[in-house]
Amino acid sequence: MARINSNTELEELRQEILSKRDQNKPRIAVCAGTGCLASGAAKVIAALKEEIKKQGLNADVDIKETGCPGFCERGPIMVIYPEEICYLQVKPDDIPEIISETIKERKVIDRLLYTDPTTGEKVTHESEIPFYKNQKRLLIGTNINIDPKSIEDYLAIGGYRALAKALFDMTPEQVLEEVKRANLRGRGGGGFPAAKKWETTRNVPREPKYVIVNADEGDPGAFMDRAVLEGNPHSVLEGLVISAYTIGSHEGFIYVRQEYPLAVENVDIAIKQAEEYGFLGQNILGSGFDFIVNVHRGAGAFVSGESSALMTAIEGKVGEPRPKYIRTAVSGIWERPSNLNNVETLANVPLIINNGAEWFTSIGTEGSKGTKIFSLVGKVNNTGLVEVPMGMSLREIIYNIGGGIPGDKKFKAVQTGGPSGGVIPEQYLDTPVDFDELTKLGSMMGSGGMIVMDEDTCVVDVARYFVDFLCDESCGKCIPCREGLKHMREVLNNIVEGKGNEGDIELLEELSRLMTKASLCALGTSAANPVSTTIRYFGDEYQAHIKESKCPALVCKELVSYYIEPSKCQACMICLRNCPVEAISGGKNQIHVIDQAKCIKCGVCFDACPTRFGAVIKISGEPVPASLPEKERSLVRGKK
Amino acid sequence: MNNGQEELLLLLQKAQNEFGYLSEESVAELAKSLALPISDIYGVATFYSFLSTKPLGRNVIRICKSMPCYLKNCQIIIDTVEKEIGIKPGETTPDGKFSFQLTNCIGACDKAPAMMINSDVYDDLTPGKISEILKACK
Ligand SMILES: Cc1cc2nc3c(=O)[nH]c(=O)nc-3n(C[C@H](O)[C@H](O)[C@H](O)COP(=O)(O)O)c2cc1C
Ligand code: SF4
Repeated sequence: MARINSNTELEELRQEILSKRDQNKPRIAVCAGTGCLASGAAKVIAALKEEIKKQGLNADVDIKETGCPGFCERGPIMVIYPEEICYLQVKPDDIPEIISETIKERKVIDRLLYTDPTTGEKVTHESEIPFYKNQKRLLIGTNINIDPKSIEDYLAIGGYRALAKALFDMTPEQVLEEVKRANLRGRGGGGFPAAKKWETTRNVPREPKYVIVNADEGDPGAFMDRAVLEGNPHSVLEGLVISAYTIGSHEGFIYVRQEYPLAVENVDIAIKQAEEYGFLGQNILGSGFDFIVNVHRGAGAFVSGESSALMTAIEGKVGEPRPKYIRTAVSGIWERPSNLNNVETLANVPLIINNGAEWFTSIGTEGSKGTKIFSLVGKVNNTGLVEVPMGMSLREIIYNIGGGIPGDKKFKAVQTGGPSGGVIPEQYLDTPVDFDELTKLGSMMGSGGMIVMDEDTCVVDVARYFVDFLCDESCGKCIPCREGLKHMREVLNNIVEGKGNEGDIELLEELSRLMTKASLCALGTSAANPVSTTIRYFGDEYQAHIKESKCPALVCKELVSYYIEPSKCQACMICLRNCPVEAISGGKNQIHVIDQAKCIKCGVCFDACPTRFGAVIKISGEPVPASLPEKERSLVRGKK
Repeated sequence: MNNGQEELLLLLQKAQNEFGYLSEESVAELAKSLALPISDIYGVATFYSFLSTKPLGRNVIRICKSMPCYLKNCQIIIDTVEKEIGIKPGETTPDGKFSFQLTNCIGACDKAPAMMINSDVYDDLTPGKISEILKACK
């Protein structure tokens, strides 16, 4: 491929690519993102290729291995064009039928379609599936149309048009002004206005300047950056080059976490292609602007996602934060002005340049514009990635898109913002989701993790979990965070083990205040959020643990006992055989009894007891009823 | 300032890929070639959870212990793996076949519980699936 040397050449190439493509030719898109690969997409794709060859259709059908469209839970996902027929959970065995029925005969296979759980109706087209219908997928919606390893696919959907527009039709000042008017706020956690940061770095009179993509995505429960980078790496590159042009930087870095090998692979390929085509390197598109980019891989450290830590890591040092008396925008990598943006932030930039700030600000709320991708996980029916306009309510996201809570359970809370965020209870379900509203509730948008919890979740245990996570991940450089977290963990461990004391809640609150005020980096200053929000909204559950040794959600092991209801036990012996410590006595026609002294509370009997009997129950906060005397244990059947 | 130290993490990752872990020799060699104190190299090598200064097994199992997996009972998966290969998290089997670790989010939360073996992701795990997956490991 010859380098492209002008805007005209770019548009000519685009026309050439498009003219070669027949929109009516059957095209089978299969998601080859990490989620679908883990559910067997590779085998599906192999079977597909083989079957097409076998049926002599090589020339008549295109196969596209694409990035993630979001509905990972139902993967492997296949969409057949031009009809846009969407098949879910496709297996290699389904392939021959798909080829002979759908491709050859244009017949839809009902069995592979999405079934609406409420109406039982089948849904044929991708865009009509409720999970997708209620979203606004500006960033991840095109994933199913492009093979991330093909730059032509990106060009076919208008790729690098924004870069050409910026380079040829706009001055850096004008680009900056456009992004400023769009009020693009950082998607990586803080929601800091991107243009403001760009301006700071731009105005520092020192060279060289660096621009960096933060793809360290370490929040537990978050994987939207992976989907963007893996599924559409060129969109991030395009945003990055535009930011570099605006700031006046000629070298950039992409810092990707170790856990995302496919993202690294796709980014590496994309960079090579972009260099070949002239979107990266010397004299980009013949504009005279130079820019190169390097990929760095993290090695598993949550704190290295923090801006100053990430820059230290790129220097090859221990990826710990440093005090930010001078901001990294002014003095970052090797003490040079360095601008850091999140993957999703940068992916928004080409959209803004192409469509203008007015268009962008027409989406979203007063203070938060555009869309946001969330990873909706936990106790919710449809898990996966959802992209919605800012301002959609939590209820709409969890119920209309997520399809509500599985198994008729009650919603209890949703955790947003990862370990720096908080737990939001039911009474705030109608809160519009944007940067400011979530902060008001004591949580935050964070990077977009959304973990749904049902009534079977103990919020004290959840708080303990996050503190435990942060305790392990704190770099230990400053005392409030290092010691504060340790102390919190101890107090919380005591509470969930039933050893809590009067005054523990006040102690946790005091530690929270201290850590928030005195920690060096945002890991420490926000670390208390999971604790303080659970205290704020579920204080009574803390009290129950401390005062009554009771876990209302029946989760905390030390506070729960297992008991077999004599009136329900059918003496089926299943639990008795499964108990690993032989704590259950009984026999044929003998009502079973748990020896509380032997029981290790593993819960095997609870899971093993057939649901139609439901004889094993959990008890917390009250004494276990005395077992039936031996001679009263014979089961009298037929009597209720 | 720019003495090649920015390559350090990459070089450590390479050495780990090649030898399975960072031996004293490879650390000393790196220190020499980058003209850095050995302690600096160890500082970086021990900071990241994906780097190891102890020999690791051929198959490194990393079970995710993050919230979404925790809510979907990853404990039972941890217990099953423990039982199957007879070691606890943090340990390596004597035959060098498996190392077993717990890890933070690997981004497979939509199909929790999940784990990685080397760089492959396995999700939607059940105790039943474990033995089959482990059997396929060489
Ligand atoms: C402990 C910690 C971890 C972080 N991890 C990430 C991360 O994985 N990805 C990310 O984009 N931002 C992360 N951030 C936020 C970054 O410090 C920074 O604000 C962000 O990358 C800036 O990009 P943005 O302005 O485009 O959002 C983290 C912050 C802290 C304190
Ligand atoms: S707040 Fe925590 S993670 Fe941040 S510098 Fe201090 S000890 Fe390290």
